[in-house]
This record gives sequence, C-alpha cells and structure tokens, in this order.
Amino acid sequence: MGQWKQQTLSRKNWMAFTGLFLCLYLVIHLAGNLQLFLPAERAHRQFNLYSHILSGNLIIKAISYILFACIIGHVVYAIIITVANNRARKIRYHYDRRGAASKWYSRNMGLLGTIIFIFLVIHLRDFWYVYKFGRLPMDADGHKDLYLLVVSVYGELWYVILYVICMVALCYHLLHGFFSAARTLGLYHPRYTHAVRVFGWVFSIVICSGFAAIPLYVYCLK
Amino acid sequence: MRIRLKIWRQENEHEPGKMMSYTLEDINPHMSFLEMLDTLNEQLLKDGTRPVEFDHDCREGICGQCGIMINGRAHGPLKNTTTCQLHMRTFTDNEEIIIEPFRASAFPVKCDLKIDRSAFDRVIQSGGFIAVNTGQAPEANSIPIGSPEVEAAFDAAACIGCGACVAVCKNSSAALFTSAKIAHLALLPQGQIEAQTRVRNMVNQMDKEGFGHCSNTEACEVECPQQISVLHIARMNYEYNKAQILKK
Amino acid sequence: MLDAKIPAGPLEEKWNYYKTHAKLVNPANRRKLDVIVVGAGLAGSSIAASLGEMGYNVKCFCFQDTPRRAHSVAAQGGVNACKNYKNDGDSVYRMFYDTIKGGDFRAREGNVYRLAACSASLIDQAVAQGVPFGREYGGYLNNRSFGGVQVSRTFYARGQTGQQLLQGAYQALMRQVGAGNVQLFARHEMLDLVVIEKKARGIIVRNMDTGALERHGAHAVVLATGGFGKIYYLSTLAMGCNGSAIWRAHKRGAFMANPSWTQIHPTSLPQSGEYQSKLTLMSESLRNDGRIWVPVNKDEQREPNQIPEEERDYYLERRYPAFGNLSPRDIASRAAKERIDAGFGIGPLKNAVYLDFSRAIKDQGEDKIRKKYGNLFRMYEKITGVNAYLEPMRISPAAHFSMGGLWVDYELMTTIPGLFALGEANFADHGANRLGANSLLQASIDGYFIAPYTMANYLADEIKAGPIDVRHAAFAAAEENVQQQLHLLMGIQGNLSADHFHKALGKILYDKCGLSRSKDGLEKAISDIVALREEFWQRLYVPGGYAINSELEKAGRVADYLELGELMCYDALTRNESCGAHFRTEYQTPEGEAMRNDQDFSFISAWEWTGAGKSPLLHKEPLHFEFVTPTVRSYK
Repeated sequence: MGQWKQQTLSRKNWMAFTGLFLCLYLVIHLAGNLQLFLPAERAHRQFNLYSHILSGNLIIKAISYILFACIIGHVVYAIIITVANNRARKIRYHYDRRGAASKWYSRNMGLLGTIIFIFLVIHLRDFWYVYKFGRLPMDADGHKDLYLLVVSVYGELWYVILYVICMVALCYHLLHGFFSAARTLGLYHPRYTHAVRVFGWVFSIVICSGFAAIPLYVYCLK
Repeated sequence: MRIRLKIWRQENEHEPGKMMSYTLEDINPHMSFLEMLDTLNEQLLKDGTRPVEFDHDCREGICGQCGIMINGRAHGPLKNTTTCQLHMRTFTDNEEIIIEPFRASAFPVKCDLKIDRSAFDRVIQSGGFIAVNTGQAPEANSIPIGSPEVEAAFDAAACIGCGACVAVCKNSSAALFTSAKIAHLALLPQGQIEAQTRVRNMVNQMDKEGFGHCSNTEACEVECPQQISVLHIARMNYEYNKAQILKK
Repeated sequence: MLDAKIPAGPLEEKWNYYKTHAKLVNPANRRKLDVIVVGAGLAGSSIAASLGEMGYNVKCFCFQDTPRRAHSVAAQGGVNACKNYKNDGDSVYRMFYDTIKGGDFRAREGNVYRLAACSASLIDQAVAQGVPFGREYGGYLNNRSFGGVQVSRTFYARGQTGQQLLQGAYQALMRQVGAGNVQLFARHEMLDLVVIEKKARGIIVRNMDTGALERHGAHAVVLATGGFGKIYYLSTLAMGCNGSAIWRAHKRGAFMANPSWTQIHPTSLPQSGEYQSKLTLMSESLRNDGRIWVPVNKDEQREPNQIPEEERDYYLERRYPAFGNLSPRDIASRAAKERIDAGFGIGPLKNAVYLDFSRAIKDQGEDKIRKKYGNLFRMYEKITGVNAYLEPMRISPAAHFSMGGLWVDYELMTTIPGLFALGEANFADHGANRLGANSLLQASIDGYFIAPYTMANYLADEIKAGPIDVRHAAFAAAEENVQQQLHLLMGIQGNLSADHFHKALGKILYDKCGLSRSKDGLEKAISDIVALREEFWQRLYVPGGYAINSELEKAGRVADYLELGELMCYDALTRNESCGAHFRTEYQTPEGEAMRNDQDFSFISAWEWTGAGKSPLLHKEPLHFEFVTPTVRSYK
C-alpha cells in the first residue's frame, strides 16, 4: 500500500472513491430533503422527526465521520494533484487556445470545487452547526425545530440566489466528475462508458435541480 | 499570401527565450506549414541570422517528430492532424501566426522549437514491450486472434509518439501515450503474461518523468493525429487497479 | 576479384550449411565484445536488440530524437513472406524466383533465396512482439496481393505496416536499453569510420545537441543507415535521411555497389512549386482500381472531367495490355515520364498524370472504394485540398528506394573486415528493381536472422583483441579529419544555403541520372556536379554555431551527396545496358522497352574510392546463375 501514495493513478483513485461516496451522500441528502415539499404542516413535523432520528443513530454517526473524511480527502488530494500538475508545466504558453479541444468545466474542476467548498462551509455553519451546537426551539413533538430554521434561512433572497448558483457549480462539477471517476476506476468498455456518461448527466441535473428547487420553493411559499 | 509570424526563440536549454516577430510575403497557399518555415529560414539565412530550429523528418504524418503549438493549438487549428500535414490555405491573408514549442516540464526545450521527448523512450523502456527474444517466436498462426481484437490493438498501436497529448493537456499528463502502449499489448494474448508488471512499471516511470495527472478532459483525443481513443486511458486504469489488487 | 563467399551446394542448403559451420562465440565471451550499430530503423533496431539479447555490449546510434522515428516507419503496404497461408501455391522457391526476376536478374541467387527462406520466421517474430497484422474473422493471418507476383503473400497492418514492424523492433530495442545491454545514443550522427590495421574498430560521432565530437570503439561496426534517395532532394524519403555514414565508410575503403540503381516510385504526389521539400507517396495499391491517363491534346485546357473518353490516352493500358495499370514500378514510372517529357503532362507545372477512379466508382460504388482506399483519399485531400472521389488524382514519379549501397558479401560484411551493412544501406537482394513489400522484409531479415549469425562468425576471432582503446592514433586522426571538415564548412561564409545546392544537385540527377539516362546526359551531369561541388565549397553559408544547428547537419550531408552523385553517374555511365530501374536510352528495343545485356553486364559494379578529385575504380563481381535462367522481363 505504501507505493499507492506515489503514483498519479492511485491519487486519482482516491479522488474517484471519495467523489463517488459524496455523490451517494447527495442522493440520501436529497431524498431526506424532499420531505420539505410535503404540505407545510406535515413537512414541519416529518422533517424534524427525520433530523432527530438521523442525529441519534450510531450508524449514521459513523457514516457522517466517513463523509467528513471524504470531504477532507477529496480536498486534500485535489490540492496535492493540482500542485503536482502545476509542476508538470512550469513555463506557461505564451498564447493558449487549447480550450477549443475540451469542455470548460472539465478544465476547471478545481475552481468549481472551490465554490462548492465555500458553499459547504456556509451551509454547514447555517444548518449543521446550529442544529448540533446552537439553540433551536422545540416543535410540538419535542424535536429540535430544524424546519423553522430552514424556512427562515431560505426566506432571504440573497441566500437563495447564492444557493442556486452553488448548485449550478455543483452540477457542472458532477457533469465531469461522475463519468471521470468511472473512467479513473477503469471502466473502459465503450458501450458502458457511454451509458455511465448519460447516467452521469441525468444524475447531475436531477440532483442539482432537486437541491436548487428546495430554497426556491421555500422562498416562494413565503 | 502575406503572413506575420511570432516565433519562440531560445538559444539553448539554459537560456531564457522570447517571442520574435517576422513577416513573410508571397506565401503560396499550397505550401505546407513546414515549407513556410523553410522559406522563413531561407530568408533568415540570407539576412545572416540564425534560422529557426524546429523538429521535423518524414513530413507525411507518420514519424511523429514534428510538433509545435500553432496559434495556441497543438499541431495547429485542424483536429487530428500533424504539423507537417497542415497547409497554409488553412490561414488567411495577413494573419498573425503564433508559434511555440510543446511545453511540459518532462519535455525541456532544447533550442527554439526543438524539444526533448526522450521521456517517452524511457516510459517504453520500463515495460512497453513483449519480452520475446529473437528466435523464440512460435508459428504465427498458432495464436489465433479475432479480427476485431487485432483492429482494436492496432488503433492503440498507431500512436506516433509526437507528444501532442502532453502538450494539449492542461496537466501535461502522458496518460494517452502510456495507455496506448499498455492497451495495445493488453488487448493481445501475447501481451497478457507481463500485463501486471508492465502497467505498474510504465505508470511508475511516467510519474518519475514528471508528467501530470489525467483529469479526463479528453483534449488529447481531439488533438491526437492518430485519433487514439481516451478509452485506452480507462483501460490503463483498469489494468493498473487490477494489478494493484492482485499484487502479491 | 571480389568474392561474395557464397557457400557451395544446392540453393536450398546454402544458408543451412553456413549456419551449421559458422563460428560461435560462447556466452561468457560475448560480454567482452563491443558492437556499434549506426542507424536504428528496422535493420538497426533489430540487430541491436538481437545482439543485446545474446549478451554482446552494444552501442546504438541514430540521428533522430528516438529510434521510433526512423524512416522504416513510413512504409505503407506490407511485408512479403511465403507462408502459403492462402494455399495458392506459394513456396520459398517461387518467392525467390519472383524476387530475382523482379530485380531483372541482377542479384545473387544465394542471397535472394536466403531472403525468401527466412521470410516466414519474420512473421512469427513480429506476431510474437505484438505487431497487429490484419486478420480474418476466424482469427488467422490475412494476406493481400502486391505488384509483380501471382500469389497473395503480403502481410499488412492496415496502411501502416512499416510503422508497426518498426514499433516491434523499437520495443525490443528499448527492452534491451532498459536492461542495460544496449546503450542508446539518439541525436548522434556518425561522421567517420575508424579503421585500424584494416579492420573497422570504431566511429567518430557528433552529438547534435552539444556539438561535441565523440570517439566510440568496438570490435565490429554495423551500418544500418538506410537509403540515400534523398540525394534527389525531392523524394519520398524523410528530410533527415542521408548517405553520410555509408559514404564516409566508402571513403575509408568500403566499396559502393550499383549506386545508380534507384527506384522511382510511380504514384507519388507531384511537385507543386519551387518551395516543395518532399513528395508524399500514395500507396501502390491505388493502381488496382485507378486508371492512369493523360489528355491526347498537348495544350488541353479543360478540367479532367470535361475531357471526353476518346480524348484520353490510357497509355499503360495501350502499351502493356496484359498488365495495364498494374505494370511494375519501373515500367509505370518510365511510361509516365515519357508522356510528361513529350509534353502531355497535366497540372500547373505539366509534371503529372491523372489517376482516375471514376470507372471504379461507377462499377463498384463509392462506398466500396471508400472502404478500400478511404484513408488514402483522405490523405490526398489533406495535402492537396482536392476530393478525389469527384475528380482524378494527380500523380507523378518520385525517387523512393536505393537498390544500390555498400557492397557486402554473403555475410553482409563490406570490403572492410568488421564493417557490416544491413538493410537499405547495403546493395544486397533486390537487384536492379525492388518488388513492393520486400524492403521491410530485407531490413528485418538482415537484422533478426542473418547478421546475428554472420557477425558471430567474425567476432569469434576478435575475442583475443581485448578492449578497443579510443586513444589510438587512428581515432585521433579520424576525429581531426571530422573537426577539420566542420571548420571548413563553417568557414566558407558564402551566401547560399545547403538546400540550394541540394536542390540543384537533385535536379541534375533527376534529369540525367533518374528514370532514363544517356551517355551524353551522364557526362554532362558529371561535369555539372563537379562544377556545383566547387561552387559549394566557395559559396556555402552555414549560420549559427557548433551546437544544435540544422544547417551544419545539412551542409555535411550535401557535401557527401555531391561526391556520391558523381559516383552514381559514373556507375550509370559504365553500365551500357538497360536493366530494371536503370534505363539507358541507347539500349532499348524499337518499342521503347529496356534491353538487358547479359553477355557483358551480368555483374555487380563495386566502386572503390581512390581519393578526392580522382576517378573511382570499378571492381566487378560476376553474377552466376546456376539455378535459374535469366529471361526477358515482359509485361506486355
């Protein structure tokens, strides 16, 4: 295993593993959040119950540690890889039109990733931190009232806009990231790579529009 | 045609270079790009200045020696074309053409547009072969290989080693070059026995030479004169992962 | 008298006899023997790799930045081997006969038979190396047919057979470099041969990146530096192909054989202007479906498609009804030149003929033609910008392959003991005309299967010699000689480029020592070349310094070409007959066909260098035909 660290391909493998785990988490996260689309009263109680169950479960706790490890791993490897890549060409091109040969978002995964990371920090501070360490009122069932927090945060227009922009960034990040991860892990069969690519597109658009719809919906409710 | 040129001039590996401007009148649109450079050199020589050094040899797109950045694109504006196959009719009258060497830390510039691509040789030395000595070969037809498999191997083996994949890659990755050889040999039954050591050694050497990581932007396939598919990179990853998992 | 040292006995036993009686070097002693290989194409890479595998200390030199770029890479069509996989009656003997007849009975029986006999092993070797030859759907190897033969014996890897075979050899070489058995010196050019006590003992090379001169000693030196067809300037060869290594060896005592025999390939793209640097070859296979013609009227102004059928002259079909458009290369090229010289050429420079696919497209449909030749049509459009599905291609003959080269005996050893010449650099097996798909074969066979045996036979006696000391006076003298020439070239400080002289020389040779030659023309050519050479040494200008300097490289090569070109003319002038690629206008039948003279010219001309400005000395090696009877080659 010691050798893994030194090779470009194994670093990319870690990027792929962590990235795909984060993708999986996005699905779970979105599935939970879809409860917000329920009629207001039901959404209020069910969402708070759901959050309560999640926060108390040991397995979920373990997964959340893996999740944080993945985020950190993904970021750390991204930095290591970027530094190495920059070292692979010390002198820049005087005139550069290489962009014509590839998609802009495939070349700017680092930038998109940075936007997502900043978003993540804000997002965690506003919800996770407050839920965990802040003082939240209790709802009728005696659970912390996260729903109220969500509704109040998404009531702010600027926050909704920021959220939507970040989801667009995430969408582009996934558009490239999903299929790229499959390639990195060694999926080379032409038919299946194409299927994965199409699935990746659908996945990125569904997930990101799902996430983006929530604040818009909540904002409109107000 | 009238052509304005901006060309990277660099005395040797150690001295810094800079862009220099030149103008050529009466360029025939049917000239190849390299013949245009010949014409420039003839003119420079008449003026008593040092002609521009550039890599070239067969001038029919197969040796892989030519390779420069033309207007910011590897091998110029056409896709899947070597520099020597590019003709002046692709450009417009009075156009400014910017010419630079392929750049990557693993490809140091030796002089003007000439670069050192010996890193590729060392990648092949590390395992890009089937270890058969002269005289050991069995009867050729004793190993039947399906036509589709052999054609797929050919597609990978068609690589001319020009380095455009590295030049166009934002990370200067040599993944397409290395994977083309790995895939060529992995697709053939003769190449199976060494498949695991081959992929490990070649990837190791590729890293040692200072090439970057592959981020699957697929630009390399677009510029590759032989249209080598990026799926070979995935194939290399597969072979690599398999080799690492099965390693004893 | 030159002795080729061909073993006696029946034709099919000669090589076996040689192999079983040749001396061997035991594995422990191989480490004590150094071998230098100059050139890393198919012949050079294969011998360097083979010797490395056997355990010799090998140094391999090439002028390219890596061996994979050597011009073997550009061969398109295929490689011949008499495997008889098609069950169509092929055999070693048939392949031998086709080759010796194709060469117009100007090659040695023993050599040609060996070439055919070893051909099958090459296919085995290449397949084992991973060369992706074309296959049938059942998984077995496929063959295609090629000019000049009646069986299908050509193995191919699409239109890039040379590239694939070279990769096989290159990878074998790289494996030995990686294992430390072969030291590779890329971007090094050989500038002199060192001969000590009449044996080849080393070379002087120039590092083309630093300009430094280096001495390398060895017990044997192999020259596998390819052909010198680039002497015509416009040719199908790569820009860097040159004759310098063999020429400098020639000046040290190695004889040059039949230097004027150059194959002019009929289907290349025509020159389009003065600036042109190279002529691209279009595969000969196009002649399977294309029809060659010129207009009947000299001053035809119409577009080709507007010229009605009755105003077209399908001259190959007219002159050679039996073979028509598939006549052998020398005949097709000469017929094209005859029409062009008579003023019927087409194109802006009136230097080409049409290769027309309209009938094939009408008969077989565009799809079928696209399937067969799609890549060639694409290449044609890339270079000319013309869509050949809609209008005929323009083609013209171009210098392609040197049948001549350093004289070698059956062991591939030159007249200097210890100096071997392999592949196109020697004159060996093709006679006066090479058949298609035989060049890759010869280069590989020489390197994989012949030289490893014959060199061992020589090296067995060199074990006692001990390491070669590069401080020997002969090394110093050779280095001094090279240094002086470089200074001389740099010092002229005239005002004309090396390319200028190269183009002028190429034109003289193409006009007077190309497709057709005559006594008057050749005599004129010799005096023109002498004058050009004088001008070269007075008016050449080499800018830049001694480190990376393409102009200096070119100047050295052109200096050699200016001497070699003169020898070619001497060679053509003294051969008063027409054979294969060598066509003397004085020696033709009333219908304009080549007239061979077996009575007086059934020999190989081997030329000895006698010094600058002196006439070369001719040695004859008579050709004995014990097993076949030379006949008239007729394709009518």
